[in-house]
Amino acid sequence: MASSPRLISNIPEGPLENKWTKYRSTVALVNPANKRSLDVIVVGTGLAGASAAATLAEMGYRVTALCFQDSARRAHSIAAQGGVNAAKNYQNDGDSVYRLFYDTIKGGDYRAREANVHRLAEVSGNIIDQCVAQGVPFAREYGGTLSNRSFGGTQVQRTFYAAGQTGQQLLLGAYSALQRQVGMGAVKMLARHEMMDVVMIDGKCRGIIARDLVSGKLERHFGHAVLLCTGGYGNVFYLSTNAMGSNVTAAWKAHKKGAFFGNPCFTQIHPTCIPVSGDHQSKLTLMSESLRNDGRIWVPKKAGDTRKPTDIPEDERDYYLERRYPAFGNLVPRDVASRAAKERCDAGYGVGASKMAVYLDFSSNTERYGRIEANKLGLHNPSKEEIVRLGREVVKEKYGNLFDMYAQITGENPYETPMRIYPAVHYTMGGLWVDYNLMTTIPGLYALGEANFSDHGANRLGASALMQGLADGYFVIPYTIGSYLSNEIRTKAIPTDHAAFVEAENTVRERINTLFNIKGSKSVDHFHKRLGKIMWDKCGMARNAEGLKQAINEIRQLREEFWKDVRVPGTNDEFNPELEKAHRVADFIELGELMCIDALDRNESCGGHFREEYQTEDGEAKRDDENYAYVAAWEFKGLGQFELHKEELKYENIKIAQRSYK
Amino acid sequence: MSHGNMTLTLKVWKQRNKNERGKFETYVAKNISPDMSFLEMFDVVNEQIINEGKEPIAFDHDCREGICGMCSMYINGRPHGPKQGVTTCQLHMRSFKDGDTIVVEPWRAAAFPVIKDLAVDRSSFDRIMSAGGFVSVNTGNAKDANNILINKPDADTAFNAAACIGCGACVAACKNASAMLFVSAKVSQLALLPQGQIEKKERVLNMVKQMDEEGFGNCTNTGACEAECPKGISLENIARMNREYLGASLT
Repeated sequence: MASSPRLISNIPEGPLENKWTKYRSTVALVNPANKRSLDVIVVGTGLAGASAAATLAEMGYRVTALCFQDSARRAHSIAAQGGVNAAKNYQNDGDSVYRLFYDTIKGGDYRAREANVHRLAEVSGNIIDQCVAQGVPFAREYGGTLSNRSFGGTQVQRTFYAAGQTGQQLLLGAYSALQRQVGMGAVKMLARHEMMDVVMIDGKCRGIIARDLVSGKLERHFGHAVLLCTGGYGNVFYLSTNAMGSNVTAAWKAHKKGAFFGNPCFTQIHPTCIPVSGDHQSKLTLMSESLRNDGRIWVPKKAGDTRKPTDIPEDERDYYLERRYPAFGNLVPRDVASRAAKERCDAGYGVGASKMAVYLDFSSNTERYGRIEANKLGLHNPSKEEIVRLGREVVKEKYGNLFDMYAQITGENPYETPMRIYPAVHYTMGGLWVDYNLMTTIPGLYALGEANFSDHGANRLGASALMQGLADGYFVIPYTIGSYLSNEIRTKAIPTDHAAFVEAENTVRERINTLFNIKGSKSVDHFHKRLGKIMWDKCGMARNAEGLKQAINEIRQLREEFWKDVRVPGTNDEFNPELEKAHRVADFIELGELMCIDALDRNESCGGHFREEYQTEDGEAKRDDENYAYVAAWEFKGLGQFELHKEELKYENIKIAQRSYK
Repeated sequence: MSHGNMTLTLKVWKQRNKNERGKFETYVAKNISPDMSFLEMFDVVNEQIINEGKEPIAFDHDCREGICGMCSMYINGRPHGPKQGVTTCQLHMRSFKDGDTIVVEPWRAAAFPVIKDLAVDRSSFDRIMSAGGFVSVNTGNAKDANNILINKPDADTAFNAAACIGCGACVAACKNASAMLFVSAKVSQLALLPQGQIEKKERVLNMVKQMDEEGFGNCTNTGACEAECPKGISLENIARMNREYLGASLT
């Protein structure tokens, strides 16, 4: 298979371990005086966006940053719990850049690009240094050094963390750096603004149309380059761990203007989330993967067992991850753990009222910690109660905020009874196709962080999203953007009364008017919930050709119905959350169709993409490297029409093998 | 669509924008389940309002897991409602009884003008951060992370201050609408860490100056902010900030 000539990955020549160092030292530069007359627009202020905006402004570029939230600090990176990976080898347990690279490629089921992933592993250590310098309060040992813990899919401890709030602390660090630049006037920050379209002039991206979400006013912004740092599209499923406002609109608009969409069907279903409690549910809450360090996952050995979990004796429990995957046990990667939970529940062993849950139990580790604490305190014959009490204190220090959150949502006490958990949509590995420079197929338009497809293949390892977002923003784009902007130093800022801006704004205005004029009978949420159900049932944890074909038809019908029968109240000239949702859901419907088309095209199982027709005898994902070792990059050819372009994935440094965690 | 069997009366502040007069509107929330979050209850009410062809209630929210700091409802006279240590999005209807009347207002402070209904403008917080809530270290300048050793108690205390979500409940709780708890949390975090020492004087002076310019009131020392903070940010931070401020002003 040869890659499509439309997909030029721009991966530097040379040995893998030298590619980035050499490229970084030879990529074209923009001199400081010229940077001052180059405009960069950054859409989104999560880890990728805030770090990119701050760093580019520090370098001297004129930056405009937008976010739809009321402050840059609220982007959904803030909700990441468990940690951030880095190949520091502080634990002296054999970690290295190569091992992080290898784990990520293997974890992604051999569907990520070698060169990008190696670069990610190379800069991972710099991220921790930078964050500490900013004052990010990572967890520490008594000696004053940084603390680490384990995450899934690895056998070393390379995850840095700040209790269960690592994303919050990293984002606040990036946000602080961003606000510093805002204060100096180097970044123009537009909160409560949403990107509505990209503006193309002579085949290049030259700016955006944005809507001020308070006044409704449409604005035109010129940029020599535009960076989409707009996160993932998990909310296509309606229920996910994403924030309510997380959406695909910016990426989708770019896609419709010529940016190819890479591997849209690669969705991560996170194994440990609080189960759905009823049809009022508006979102799902994650229980961090770090809990699998100390929690053991089990179901009763007897199907339909209705006893309380604490009444079920040890030998009547099936610790199915430890049974099926003795080498990695409870720390298998997310896709594997999710499918195993689904398998047990589908077979009738699920627990709780809905029977769609498994137990995550901390009792044995609570006891273990309790004994250690008792020894430290010199208690020689501690009672069982004493041990449990001491152990719970340790567990509380490690995961207190998560346990509180669980108790608040479910009304149950997880210190006393095991948590009930079930997989939920969490992250999307797919996203806009980008080259090594993080540029999409539209010149001048970049995608960073979760918004691009590049580093996680078909499954992302835990604690790697924070790493990638910050790598892209702090340490990759500041260099790679030079290869494009060095050729733009003669381009004067284009006045926004240019016909292309006027036309783009008019198109947005027409769409807003159309939405109001439908005056249908059903709310936006009504359509979003229906889309979510189709996607979860037919393009979720398990997919098959028949279901995907049905889903494509159902989504097309839903799209027609939406544009005939949606009701958007209020007017454009005001703060109007229903209008915002209507735009987003309209785009999700179109994306959902493409996800199903992509899932149908990929006749193999890999990572988070599990096609029921392609599995091994013991139910593991069966890859087809001969025919599907490619990135599927889809080109928009008109409503509901997409053309596939393939980028061949070459593995020159890793021996591609069946992924085994047994 | 049936959810549950609680029925509640809501008196909700409706205000078209910051310039127009607002007033309370009454809504009846039916079929509410005790497992719903407070905001999911609002979703149900809004769905019903939209189906009746009326304008839904505007409110801010995003992550719905208590960490983004966007939700901001003043419920029965308390920011984030009756439960200690939770944000509005994590408040569940099991904290209320069938038949209850619930009064819901926006944060009320001169420095937080109303945008619409229950949504307010908190950009004053961002401007305070821009005045000094950072360590001036450009990307690329950092040394190896373990070259900075920090004793665990200081690191933990800094983390506890850094856990502030910037929701503004402290301001809403204060009779003077003071932002001291918010500002002191960031000043404390950086004052406790070696990385924050170089700029500690300018930081506290500039942040406090900006806080005053934004129109926040003076500290009352009554501690309502700490009592209502969903993240348990301690009043000790205010004491620490006062010491920092005094120290910076004297030299």
